[in-house]
Amino acid sequence: MNILGIIASSKFGDAGDFESIATTTVGSGGSATITFSSIPATYTHLQIRAISRKASAGGGDGIFIRLNSDSGSNYARHQIDGDGSSVSADGAASQTQINSTTTATSSHSANVFGVQIWDILDYANTNKYKTMRLMNGFDNNGSGKLRYGSGLWMNTNAITQIDLTGNGDNFAQYSSFALYGIRSA
Amino acid sequence: MPITYEPIATTTLGSAAATVTFSSIPGTYTDLILIGAFSCSAATGTAFNLNGDTGGNYSYTGLEGNGSSAFSGRNSNATNTGWTYDTTSNGQVNGIAQFNNYSNTTTYKTLLTRFNTPGTQTGASVNLWRSTSAITTIAIATGSGNFNSGSTFTLYGIKAA
Repeated sequence: MNILGIIASSKFGDAGDFESIATTTVGSGGSATITFSSIPATYTHLQIRAISRKASAGGGDGIFIRLNSDSGSNYARHQIDGDGSSVSADGAASQTQINSTTTATSSHSANVFGVQIWDILDYANTNKYKTMRLMNGFDNNGSGKLRYGSGLWMNTNAITQIDLTGNGDNFAQYSSFALYGIRSA
Repeated sequence: MPITYEPIATTTLGSAAATVTFSSIPGTYTDLILIGAFSCSAATGTAFNLNGDTGGNYSYTGLEGNGSSAFSGRNSNATNTGWTYDTTSNGQVNGIAQFNNYSNTTTYKTLLTRFNTPGTQTGASVNLWRSTSAITTIAIATGSGNFNSGSTFTLYGIKAA
């Protein structure tokens, strides 16, 4: 069974194959950073599933991802976007974080939230750089964006921490981020 | 260890039908995932109607490629979402739809979908349902014709800690 490209075990659905690790839901005051820390290395892949909205719009519609608090220029990304009228592609190397996510902001209608599903593959392997696939978007009834993205972290360390920020904007109340671990046989 | 990702219901058609409905969906999960492997008797799209809402409360932004070009389109104030589209009749279609935080009652619902129609095109869309109601019913419908016998749809639930 193929779930967004991840090959799940034939035991898919059994206890322990796809486990909830942690969930953060933003409260009324908003939140500048969402952090998943002390991520155990006991899974094969990670998946983050979210709904999100930014409480302001000064930082644009992006969500930035940083791994293990590495603020060096060790990240790269590529993406393809559809905005309802045209298709565009973009990429960037030597970045200080992965910016390949789009979401709703305060400039969109009330109650509109973006959706994100991010797959972080072989995250605990210490012999390879880490890659992730990012599917995300929002629709605002007349505007919106769908994005397929990929991210690279040029580091062989196991990922133990994931920080998410709104490029200077807080995440709005009710934004919710859930981290899951996926096991292989 | 509690089961985090589990099947809720599966429908495999024994005869052609224009609509497949999952109803009485419990609010006990965090996200829903719907997977379909089907064919339609006509060249047509498929779409979701949620909780029986037939008002113009849906919209989508889509991205598709057909082997020679890529394009993006949208629909606003529509009476259902978008999901799949096949330019041929009786071709096999695979689709997946993600309903994140489907049972919260404070936000509009946004869906991410993907589909493949081998030999014709592949695509994805982000859909908005302008309702804060928890999703309890998902009706899957063709734009024209029927889902053929043997078409199968499975609804899964994911539960966060």
